[in-house]
Amino acid sequence: MSTSLLEAKVVRKDFGGVTAVDDVSFTIQPQQITALIGPNGAGKSTMLNMVSGLIKPTSGHIYWKGQEITQQSTHAIARLGIARTFQNVQLFGNMTALENVMVGRHIHSKGNLFTAMTRLGRIGAEEEKVRRDALHYLEMLGLTDFAATNAEDLPFGHQRLLEIARALATEPILLLLDEAASGLSTHEKQDLVKLIFRIRDTGVTIFMVDHDMELVMGISDALVVLDHGEKIAEGTPMEIQRNPRVIAAYLGEEPPNA
Amino acid sequence: MKRFIASPLFAALCGLLAIILIPECVANNYQLGVLIFIGIYTLLAVGLNLLMGYAGQVSLGHAAFFGIGAYTSGILTTQTHISPWLAILIGIIITSGVALLVGIPCLRLKGHYLAMATLGFGWIVYIVINNWKSVTQGSSGITNIPNLSIGPFQFSSDISRYYLVWGIVIIVLLLSANLVQSRVGRALRALHRSEDAAASLGVNIAWYKISVFVLSAAYASLAGSLYAHTVNYISPAPFGFIGSVEIVVMVVVGGMASIWGALIGASSITLLVEWLRALGQQNPKFQEFEIIAHGAILIIVMIFMPMGLTVGIRDSILRFFQRMQKKLAVAAKEKEQVTK
Repeated sequence: MSTSLLEAKVVRKDFGGVTAVDDVSFTIQPQQITALIGPNGAGKSTMLNMVSGLIKPTSGHIYWKGQEITQQSTHAIARLGIARTFQNVQLFGNMTALENVMVGRHIHSKGNLFTAMTRLGRIGAEEEKVRRDALHYLEMLGLTDFAATNAEDLPFGHQRLLEIARALATEPILLLLDEAASGLSTHEKQDLVKLIFRIRDTGVTIFMVDHDMELVMGISDALVVLDHGEKIAEGTPMEIQRNPRVIAAYLGEEPPNA
Repeated sequence: MKRFIASPLFAALCGLLAIILIPECVANNYQLGVLIFIGIYTLLAVGLNLLMGYAGQVSLGHAAFFGIGAYTSGILTTQTHISPWLAILIGIIITSGVALLVGIPCLRLKGHYLAMATLGFGWIVYIVINNWKSVTQGSSGITNIPNLSIGPFQFSSDISRYYLVWGIVIIVLLLSANLVQSRVGRALRALHRSEDAAASLGVNIAWYKISVFVLSAAYASLAGSLYAHTVNYISPAPFGFIGSVEIVVMVVVGGMASIWGALIGASSITLLVEWLRALGQQNPKFQEFEIIAHGAILIIVMIFMPMGLTVGIRDSILRFFQRMQKKLAVAAKEKEQVTK
């Protein structure tokens, strides 16, 4: 267990009287694709938001390479090497695709208020480098032609890709994908799968939340299944597919031995 | 060359040329005085635009920072005889400190707490200026505020003040244009759209919101000090709630998230206010028109040109040319068919 990249220990989130995540524990192993699945309202996105620091758990702990990050702010967690996309794509709509990815280079550049205003120091060279790096990530996702297009004017499929490009620009160790396939066509989903493998092959660990079983089963190394906020199963796709509680949760039947 | 034309430096050079040439066309000192006011209000509008247009945080008390700058300059230079330049600097430091105190509790939170807090803060400052008579002279105001000077040269004539104020305006516009085209500017625009997304990319959103709030307060303080040293007299009137609304209207009219829009907004609103004032002098019936006009302008601009005058007018010109082009193309086609 000590080799895990990220570990969640009995993490719980209550919203008022509703328990969205109920004492869930799991680990994410480096260089693997781990998926968090479950029916709608199972608490998947809440769990992801807690990993990225956007919401704080009611109780429990989250460890990154053995260090506790439970109460760290989102931007500090991003600096550790955790990047993410959002279920309801959150691009900076009034900025160009290139500028969106340039924001992704934020933690790899230094310009501050003073140097930005006066253009003192090597700010010009840094700006040029940020632009070049950002173009590289656009190219990687095949978005070069849209560099100057405002993000909100891109077709939806491209918006999803741009969000991934922006997250990759932070050079993450762990990439969190929140329902990356939702709203995509079958063709686009196939491209997404190829892309996820490509990202994994560059050494990035992936933790994805999805409810598309077919997609997830085909690509993940490990799965964590949530239902009504509780973890009901954990294992390889083969194990999960045979797990009676998982089948019950998805088909809405009582588990045979319950 | 194309890159140079698109750069802020080129725009600044054009502006500089205009600033040098404009006094040649101006008939009298009254008009020169209005141009000085436009410069001062441009500083206010640019500062507020960085906060409102770029970072998406609303301040309804910006006239208070304007006032703190003006009164720091006015009080220090009339009572202690320190250099006006030093007084400007002290004003900026005090205003920044006050902005920090007001901003930290509100800007760490999401939502429009800042608008509410600055609204209340603006009232408090206005009341203090009016009632702390031993220091601020209350509603009678502070007179005989000294001119700015360099060595033996005093900025006492209108034309020298005009060049001074606009020289500073050009520098501030240039610095601001640099700022928005940078890592910091991108971070501000990003957190305006989505704080969650910006934070998830490592942008320390609380830090950037507080920084830009303090910066815009510092701009307002600079504007206030320049006001005090060019008018030589200050009273509470310009620093109240209507003053704050006026700056907001300038930003909205000029266009959110546009440095040069602030210049357009400040010019058009200052001219309008001066015109209404002139009307009021001729006919007392018009005296209360100022605040009504601000309300009406806000509504009209928001409905018809939500991006502000700068973008609104540019877009209508573009549309006009596109329509012309289409018409010409259709005419050419028809001609072709006729000849066939």
